[in-house]
Amino acid sequence: MALKIVKGSIDRMFDKNLQDLVRGIRNHKDDEAKYISQCIDEIKHELKQDNIAVKANAVIKLAYLQMLGYDISWAAFNIIEVMSSSKFTFKRIGYLAASQCFYEGTDVIMLTTNQIRKDLSSPNQYDTGVALTGLSCFVTPDLARDLANDIMTLMSHTKPYIRKKAVLIMYKVFLKYPESLRPAFPRLKEKLEDPDSGVQSAAVNVICELARRNPKNYLSLAPLFFKLMTSSTNNWVLIKIIKLFGALTPLEPRLGKKLIEPLTNLIHSTSAMSLLYECVNTVIAVLISLSTGMPNHSASIQLCVQKLRILIEDSDQNLKYLGLLAMSKILKTHPKSVQSHKDLILQCLDDKDESIRLRALDLLYGMVSKKNLMEIVKKLMIHVDKAEGTTYRDELLTKIIDICSQSNYQYITNFEWYISILVELTRLEGTRHGHLIAAQMLDVAIRVKAIRAFAVSQMAMLLDNGHLLAGNMQRNGICEVLYAAAWICGEFSEYLQEPNQTLEAMLKSKVTTLPGHIQAVYVQNAGKLYASVLQQNEQDGDKEAAQEITQMLIDKLPQFVQNADLEVQERASCILQLIKYIQKLQAKDVPVAEEVMALFAGELNPVAPKAQKKVPLPDGLDLDAWINDAPSESSSDDENPKKMIFHEEEQRSARHRQPEMDEDELARRREVRKQEQANNPFYIKSSPSPQKNYQDASGVDHIPVVQIDLTVPLRVPGMPLSDQYLKLEEERRQQQKQDRQKKKKKQKRDKKGKRRHDSLHTESDEDIAPVHHVDIITEEMPENALPSDDDDKDPNDPYKALDIDLDKPLADNEKLPVRTHRVSEKKSPEIETSPVEEKSKKPSKKAKKEKDKKKDKEKRKSKEKVSKKHKFSENAENEHAAPEEEIITPTSKEESEKPTGEASDLDFWLSNTPVQSKSQPEPLRNEVASEPVASELEETLKEKDKEEDAKSSKHKKKKHKKDKTKEEKKSKKKKHHSDEEAPESVQNGSLDEEPLPPMSNYCLLAENSYVKMMCDIQGNLQDGSQVVVSVIFENQSSGYLKSMEFNVLDSLNTKLVRPEGSSIHDGISVPFQLPPEVSNEARFVFTMESIVMPQKLKGTLTFIVKTDDGSSHEKLDFKLHFTCTSYMITTPCYSDAFAKLLESGELKMCSIKVDGISISFQLLLAKICFHHHFSVVERINSCASMYSRSIQGHHMCLLVKMGDSSVSVDGKCNDSTLLGNLLDELKQTLTEKC
Amino acid sequence: MIKAILIFNNHGKPRLSKFYEHYSEDTQQQIIRETFHLVSKRDENVCNFLEGGMLIGGADNKLIYRHYATLYFVFCVDSSESELGILDLIQVFVETLDKCFENVCELDLIFHVDKVHNILAEMVMGGMVLETNMNEIVTQIDAQNKMEKSEAGLAGAPARAVSAVKNMNLPEMPRNINIGDISIKVPNLPSFK
Repeated sequence: MALKIVKGSIDRMFDKNLQDLVRGIRNHKDDEAKYISQCIDEIKHELKQDNIAVKANAVIKLAYLQMLGYDISWAAFNIIEVMSSSKFTFKRIGYLAASQCFYEGTDVIMLTTNQIRKDLSSPNQYDTGVALTGLSCFVTPDLARDLANDIMTLMSHTKPYIRKKAVLIMYKVFLKYPESLRPAFPRLKEKLEDPDSGVQSAAVNVICELARRNPKNYLSLAPLFFKLMTSSTNNWVLIKIIKLFGALTPLEPRLGKKLIEPLTNLIHSTSAMSLLYECVNTVIAVLISLSTGMPNHSASIQLCVQKLRILIEDSDQNLKYLGLLAMSKILKTHPKSVQSHKDLILQCLDDKDESIRLRALDLLYGMVSKKNLMEIVKKLMIHVDKAEGTTYRDELLTKIIDICSQSNYQYITNFEWYISILVELTRLEGTRHGHLIAAQMLDVAIRVKAIRAFAVSQMAMLLDNGHLLAGNMQRNGICEVLYAAAWICGEFSEYLQEPNQTLEAMLKSKVTTLPGHIQAVYVQNAGKLYASVLQQNEQDGDKEAAQEITQMLIDKLPQFVQNADLEVQERASCILQLIKYIQKLQAKDVPVAEEVMALFAGELNPVAPKAQKKVPLPDGLDLDAWINDAPSESSSDDENPKKMIFHEEEQRSARHRQPEMDEDELARRREVRKQEQANNPFYIKSSPSPQKNYQDASGVDHIPVVQIDLTVPLRVPGMPLSDQYLKLEEERRQQQKQDRQKKKKKQKRDKKGKRRHDSLHTESDEDIAPVHHVDIITEEMPENALPSDDDDKDPNDPYKALDIDLDKPLADNEKLPVRTHRVSEKKSPEIETSPVEEKSKKPSKKAKKEKDKKKDKEKRKSKEKVSKKHKFSENAENEHAAPEEEIITPTSKEESEKPTGEASDLDFWLSNTPVQSKSQPEPLRNEVASEPVASELEETLKEKDKEEDAKSSKHKKKKHKKDKTKEEKKSKKKKHHSDEEAPESVQNGSLDEEPLPPMSNYCLLAENSYVKMMCDIQGNLQDGSQVVVSVIFENQSSGYLKSMEFNVLDSLNTKLVRPEGSSIHDGISVPFQLPPEVSNEARFVFTMESIVMPQKLKGTLTFIVKTDDGSSHEKLDFKLHFTCTSYMITTPCYSDAFAKLLESGELKMCSIKVDGISISFQLLLAKICFHHHFSVVERINSCASMYSRSIQGHHMCLLVKMGDSSVSVDGKCNDSTLLGNLLDELKQTLTEKC
Repeated sequence: MIKAILIFNNHGKPRLSKFYEHYSEDTQQQIIRETFHLVSKRDENVCNFLEGGMLIGGADNKLIYRHYATLYFVFCVDSSESELGILDLIQVFVETLDKCFENVCELDLIFHVDKVHNILAEMVMGGMVLETNMNEIVTQIDAQNKMEKSEAGLAGAPARAVSAVKNMNLPEMPRNINIGDISIKVPNLPSFK
């Protein structure tokens, strides 16, 4: 055996190792592929050997080849073999190769489950490490389900190296197996406060990723993150948290208000650009969420813009780029603040870095206004000319169009100018956005009626010079504009000055070189044009001209009939035959123009892109139902009446309509549209003008028909008209100003093109009315269109599955699958268990157990496969039997309770924002705040009910009940955000639905004219001898409160925790300053020796008030009252564990009775739960058992019975003094407030 | 999330590819090629971010890269990552490589891609940043190397000797032939940690 190994390693010396392979490939540059295939053959041979070292060597070579693009999935099984080597060296190679090539589709991946589980529990932390790293790359839903529990155990591993990897990989597990999120979340949250900063950072990382997808579920963590943000010094963590807040603020504006100050401080203080940038970003997000710009936030905007300007002016291109990026976010809500930096942004357009230029372009988009649009576009046009590289030029082109067309052409004051710009853009060579320009031309010509005449003249010019544009034949090339030009000239042919010339231009033989779809439009519109020319000629009585034009079409059309493009062919031959027929009629002297015109009659209106989607579903129409009974039979001819609805719809938008129908239909629709327009703020109302009537062709009547024998265009194309408009516009504006001053009329400035300068447009001026009214026709929507924008999220989004409410208490059936044969030995830690059990077992024992289990597992490997499938159902069943044996670590138990507490604090935490002012009436705030919460509560309850219904079959009855009490408790907590004196609005309805008044634990500590202090005392979950006092300081003066110092006189028993090195007489400085009418919260920690007695401590707050008149030192004395209640920690307890506890006989008993109680039992329990930190164990009618635990581990059990207007409370506790004091406090609460 | 980490040289030859989402080998090669194409035509003094996630995922993604002598280090990330943070991370990565290889050059990456992977695994796991502290990373790598050595023990010695002899006898592999050292001194880096 030993000999074999030695021999193996000697053989190995002469195998190619990775270095040899690489070297070989480099030496075979010419026949690399051949060499590699040779190597692969060798590798295959090596993989067949028994020696694991040889195999590992082969696998590492494969991993290298994978990088070069070779598929190595055929070796998946060998990779697993190497993974399972006992040597770290080989294991690491195996996992590396696996991470490079395994994925969900790898079939052998299911074989790895046990190997990975074994590695995860390996005593060597690096074995565990590589397994976690590898798993993070190829985890599948099956692996995630099977290993979730093992990984969760690792989250509490003793080595931070493992902990942080385990925490991080949980994100992948959640993604693949969303059911694990809720059970694992409490522990994940716990890791946010891990002593190791790496673990903490990993937890922040995971929660940020989760929250980014479904932020609303993580709102309740805001206070915790807030604390981390103000305490952490790790920039990575800070950046992540700040980014997270950016995602949360849109959901909760109050959070934003709270964030502004610390973020502003960070912006001022940090030296790390990355952090500064993220802070600015989040401040921007906050400001966006506070859409109603509060006056005091303009300072924040200014600060952001200032800082961004510094970034943009920096020589580092990266900062410049990011500065512009952030600037564009501000732009959306606060365009004015950005507009003042127009100079800087225009300057960036000249930057040599294309990314920066593009960013600057984005910014320009939002910076335009009616005033500066022309100017900005002019600058862009200059850049278009200068730009080298078609990509950037195309980008400029699209930006120009975007800028001009944004929000329904809102900023365009002169459409003639815009058309000129579009025409100028057609001169761009090599652009791929011809279709964009074309679409704009069409859109403007259709929607802005007043511009049609001008547009038509420009388009006619384009058509005449079509050969210049036709050079660019590539897809989406500039020739696309000819499509638009031809259509516009045809559709609005009555505006044409020289229709014959245009018609000829459209039928030139060169046209046949254009793409098919353009030719088709040419042919069709030649028909339209012909109709209008014909009509004119007939009206003029010029038969000769009419026949001439007919003859011309008959001559020219055949070239299209032979076209290779079907569409062109079809249209051409159709029109050709029609015209031949017309010719016959003409020969007989029959007037035909009317009928020919009728072919093309009808008005085209733009239809909104979403119109079809918005057609409301008629009542009773079920689109999913079979229309016919027999789906197999094809019945083509029965027309369902419902179908007609759509049929009609289609007809309506069809281009060619029957003329008779038209009149009615049009009139009706015109009415509808008028009404719609009347209600539409974007519609610029026009005074009635004869021009509006489309069918009134009188405009063209008097145009003399000119014989044209020139084939050369008379006009030079593309004269840059736009510049002239710019000048013109300035003059016009000046003029208007003067006019306005003269007339002092209040009239709104009528938009654009009101006056034209004859000198500039000699060609088109004669027949154009002097005044243009511009109406931008709104896009049509079907009647009764549904207003909702139901852009549903992608149903395939993998993150959607993680949209899970984390605040709901865990249901009993929610736990990570544990292999069934282990259920009784080890349970997943999220299950809450009896305190008695907990005491008896220590976490260290657990580790040992786990080892045993592993052995066990190996033996039963074969069995496992079978049992796996049944895991879920078995778990559900086992669960009921299991509770007695369940153990749990104390921390996780506390954690599981924490979320609810946290959630309940959120509203108070938030409502307490700096914006809250003294002048604001308190009750008002309560109302506002409590409303959403109440509805939220209702929702939760409803949801819960539904869920329970669904699951009820699985639930045992008992559990069911427990669930409900928990839920009640939780709902109570949620409400507590305001004060006690809330109205006792008890309803007579069933108990469960009874609304609970809002409650708060914060009570007044002290108050003077400068400052008000409210405080709440809670036991520290982490440390049994500590309590945390949260104090809210509210500035009640008009001055600025600075250098606040909080100090108390320590007693022997109770001491304020001070920073190291300070004496017991020093105060603790409050870590913030308070501007007028702002409040903020600070926490102070106290250590306790004994907690059985309530205690009072005297303290003083000293501070400096700074007002305009100067500053003065002030102080405020207070008495801090530590009640016994404040030492209690809400701890859930199962009824069986509770019973055991009572039976144990270790507890002392004491009772009280309170008379004159008028509130409902439900409310009573809520109060005890809330004010005294109890949880309901079980409740039967008007009797309930409750449980709580002190920070030092005393069990406190209560039995509360409600009689007629009296309540008796029996308590049991390890310490009778504590119990007595607590009951006294309880009595006080009940008498006081009832 | 980091979607992919690529290292390739000035000619587009891949030196390391790590994808945190599954792509077929062909797609991977195509992504590497296109990324190289995008990145290599950019001047030295332009910004280090490239938008347009036509390669991986949606428009949410960005390429963040750094160019050191002969090598491009490219990270493809989504919007949850801080751009400047990732730039710093690349810097940490390169500095760590420099420390682990003692004056790292492209050849080190060519011949020891496995080691580079191991180092990377200590920094980024499953697309999420695991550790940013260079000393911590180096400590873990050293500990693992030590373990590897102790495992190789006697059996490994002959193999190492042969490998050394091979390297000695092959003149075509001088360490510094036409491959410059990766210069890792980058000015203007805002300090991150």
